[in-house]
Amino acid sequence: MAARVRALETILTRKGLIDPAAIDVIVDTYETKVGPRNGAAVVARAWNEPDFADWLKRDATAAIASLGFTGRQGEHMQAVFNTDETHNLVVCTLCSCYPWPVLGLPPVWYKAPPYRSRAVIDPRGVLEEFGLTLPRDKKIRVWDSTAELRYLVVPQRPDGTEGWSEAQLAELVTRDSMIGTGVARGAA
Amino acid sequence: MSRHEAGLPVGPEGVDAPVFAEPWQAEAFAIVVALHERGLFTWAEWAERLSAEVKKPGAAADGSDYYERWLAALERLMAEKGFAGRDEVDAVAAAWERAAHATPHGQPILLENDPKKHSGL
Repeated sequence: MAARVRALETILTRKGLIDPAAIDVIVDTYETKVGPRNGAAVVARAWNEPDFADWLKRDATAAIASLGFTGRQGEHMQAVFNTDETHNLVVCTLCSCYPWPVLGLPPVWYKAPPYRSRAVIDPRGVLEEFGLTLPRDKKIRVWDSTAELRYLVVPQRPDGTEGWSEAQLAELVTRDSMIGTGVARGAA
Repeated sequence: MSRHEAGLPVGPEGVDAPVFAEPWQAEAFAIVVALHERGLFTWAEWAERLSAEVKKPGAAADGSDYYERWLAALERLMAEKGFAGRDEVDAVAAAWERAAHATPHGQPILLENDPKKHSGL
């Protein structure tokens, strides 16, 4: 594998199609700079500022960009809000489409065949395997990402967090809670 | 089906888990991003090739072969676009392998170290 990637890099560099320095920058960006802490900041802002939450609902791409999170695979974003009635779950049945600017690159299970096939057929069962048992009367809405449109789940704000700062709130927002395979951590 | 059998996470949620298991995965990822950024293909085109590879039979249930499939999709797309044919990749990859074997441990591997190096490559 390593030799074949090196070979591709060599050939494409010789043809002037890629620049090895740019490759290094991209790797560094996704290894160290972009990750779910970005999405957590978006969620915490939405919890704290109703106006921002409204904006996020109407135009997620612009609202997220206002916090500085822009770029590849975040060009067209939609935020889906969990409520007492509805839980949202995101999958990509096609391959592995994922909102990189807010969540970084997807975890291995998100890209694996069982999740991609079963999240749509049996979302409740999948959530139980993640340790999340929802009340029977709570609806689960599954969103299938595409190459054009990516989703961010806004989990419900935990009880007992009134008056918390955004930095404190962001600590409660897990990656899985923004995919929908989890909920935010409790305030305890 | 247990969580493990389903290919779902078995440990605590890894927010800070390493993004790539091995360096070549990072490079293969970045090559696709860089080529797309130069406008050499659309993301929809890429997603279609990747989808075809990840949906081929025999995919690891735990997703551990994802970047193998990513690389296969990249090679296919490069061949289709005429940027890098399969024979060319085979030849340069073999040269890299020979160079790696010929390079003393601890020194950087350079294609120039390929003992069979000739002008064609």
